[in-house]
Amino acid sequence: MTTAPERPRLRPPAAGPGPAGPERRRTTGGTRATDVYALLGAAAAALALTWLLFARLLPFSGTVGFVLVAYLLFLGLYALLVSFDEDAPAVRDRVAGVVVRSLGLVLLAVLVFVVAFTLWEGRRALVHLNFFTQDMSLAGPLEPLDVGGVLHAVVGTLEQVGIALLLTVPAGIVCAVFLNEVPGPFARLVRTVVEAMTALPSIVAGLFVYATVILALGTERSGLAAALALSVMMLPIIIRASDVVIRLVPGTLREASYAMGASRWRTVWHVVLPTARSGLTTAVILGTARGVGETSPVLLTAGFTAELNALPTSGAQVSLPLATFELVKSPEPNMIARGFGTAAVLMLLVLLLFVLARIAGGRGPGQLTRRQERRRAAASREDAARFAPAARRPAPHAQPAPPRSTP
Amino acid sequence: MTTDTTDATAPHEAADPRPDRPTDVPRRLRADPGPADRVFRGVARTGGGLVLAVMLLVGGFLLRRAWQALDRAGGSFLTTEGWEPDAGRFGIAAVLLGTVLIALVAIVVAVPLATGAALYISEYAPPRLRRTLVSTVDLMAAVPSVVYGLWGVFWLEESILPIARWISAYFGWIPFLRVDGADPDDPLAPPTVYTSSTFVAGLVVAMMVAPIICSIMREVFSQAPAGEREGAYALGATRWGMIRSVVLPFGKGGMIGGTMLGLGRALGETIAVYMVISQVFTIQWHVLQTGTSSVSSLIALRYGEATEFGMSALMAAGFALFVMTLIVNFAASSIVARSRSGATSDA
Repeated sequence: MTTAPERPRLRPPAAGPGPAGPERRRTTGGTRATDVYALLGAAAAALALTWLLFARLLPFSGTVGFVLVAYLLFLGLYALLVSFDEDAPAVRDRVAGVVVRSLGLVLLAVLVFVVAFTLWEGRRALVHLNFFTQDMSLAGPLEPLDVGGVLHAVVGTLEQVGIALLLTVPAGIVCAVFLNEVPGPFARLVRTVVEAMTALPSIVAGLFVYATVILALGTERSGLAAALALSVMMLPIIIRASDVVIRLVPGTLREASYAMGASRWRTVWHVVLPTARSGLTTAVILGTARGVGETSPVLLTAGFTAELNALPTSGAQVSLPLATFELVKSPEPNMIARGFGTAAVLMLLVLLLFVLARIAGGRGPGQLTRRQERRRAAASREDAARFAPAARRPAPHAQPAPPRSTP
Repeated sequence: MTTDTTDATAPHEAADPRPDRPTDVPRRLRADPGPADRVFRGVARTGGGLVLAVMLLVGGFLLRRAWQALDRAGGSFLTTEGWEPDAGRFGIAAVLLGTVLIALVAIVVAVPLATGAALYISEYAPPRLRRTLVSTVDLMAAVPSVVYGLWGVFWLEESILPIARWISAYFGWIPFLRVDGADPDDPLAPPTVYTSSTFVAGLVVAMMVAPIICSIMREVFSQAPAGEREGAYALGATRWGMIRSVVLPFGKGGMIGGTMLGLGRALGETIAVYMVISQVFTIQWHVLQTGTSSVSSLIALRYGEATEFGMSALMAAGFALFVMTLIVNFAASSIVARSRSGATSDA
């Protein structure tokens, strides 16, 4: 079934003695009508056949089985239809194309569905404005949704992540600079250890802070402890991402700077870091996005409270993922709706961070945004205008330009 | 700055009056970095050392606290199923197996999906759409695990029941797919034997790690050299033929490395698993049957009520998990670094 007896279309057109008009450019890509017919035909036939099997012939039932059988039948029928006018490699190509496309679409669809599901389930809580302006201290499990909100969790998340960033960003970037600019056996050791620490499961980071800060030092659970746990988790991520970005700075830029007589420190400050700035921003923001969503380190170290606690150093302080986790434990539908609402707020926060990361970065070092390009062009024009009078004025001992000797 | 030190001796050497001295002895260059640079190096070194100290402190402290429990339990720590540290009977046989099974289910589901999606994005998608798709996948890799957990508990667990029932009905003769106490012929049989299983937890984790794997694979696939692609086309290959003969062999290291990085994430995942499973402390081979266990959810479950020795035992479990993820991650990065495509990728 896979080989067609004749393939006239694949042969090049015979160079007959006819009138040789001007050569016309052939379109090589594009879909042909037969491709579309084969797809549609196979889909229709697969659906019909599956319906026949499920409804009339066999004792099968269930949506999942229907979809699965229909898809397999579709693949087979599509291969059959294509094989009528293509050869075996082309049939394999078409079938592989369909399989790859459907796998990709399934994954993307499921991922989008996960997010959309959260937003949709959270809509009942999100439409109430008080959800963003109140905490849960007055809202029992049975209160309607127009009482209580997640302000305390938002504040907690912002403070904890803020403290974690204060600790990790300077340390992370200095360490990444160290790995790249002061190479040697010590830097290799640090890099290996950092790589190892990215494997640290987040719950173990939480357990570490729980055992040291809370059990050994005897302090209560607080936002600060949670921030420390988040820092232990985020530090290796930020170092690794910044390390990669700084490594991408072209060596020629550094060498040019050294050739101008700049010291190492000046090169790092004026060449390496500005070149890598957008990438570093992205690294930090993505590390933040990871940190914002982490539940398990916070679960062990922050404690749980329903009240607004703006003081990270004392008392339990809840964050968005932890609030979600605790809210959906309740059997009350209103609490579950609140949990989904909290998750939706968390998602929106991550989305916001991500959009920021896209705006700030996603570009390689040295690639300019359109605005930067315009600014550079303007500066360059200004310089040209500034030099123009000097160029027009004849130099004091100017010789007439020698005739160009290049052939 | 530092310009005055490097070449200052050159004229003297050139004018050396002694003719017997070989003139092409390599000079020793000694660059004096100057005070600002010395400070810079000092600061950078201190920063690196500080980070190293913190990391070693975490690892060292974990091991030290775990030692008490490891010392008491000895070899039985690896073979005991239950978890009653204060009665002296505890071990990670069951939880470690549960963790590995969940991660394996996740990888088995996630890798084909991620490969398909990565190939689709890098080879099939229209170029205008490509950037959007890449952003989508990267965003999905940053979605908090608690969101996946919510999805798993409130949607997937119910929706997956028919599939679990179907698999166990038709493939129940394969030992690890069997479900004890299930009767596929009885339509009114309670579905609870299928809920909270390794399978469900694995699916949730699969959705979490698939974007990570996909984004690494796509990165590697898109680096396949254009010359070789065009060469394959010039030899008459179809698009799939080109992918099979150029893109996949080129990206093999990245595919394996990405898969193992995903495996590392899957092993350490806590919250989504904790929300979905119901913890049991027996060895549970049957992936479709209710009840499973994982190291990280064990910690999340028991840390609050743990005595000092119980804490030590939990530390030991956490340490075992850490060592396992560490091995997987190092294997992944060495595979990626040794492959042809891995020299420039950051995986």
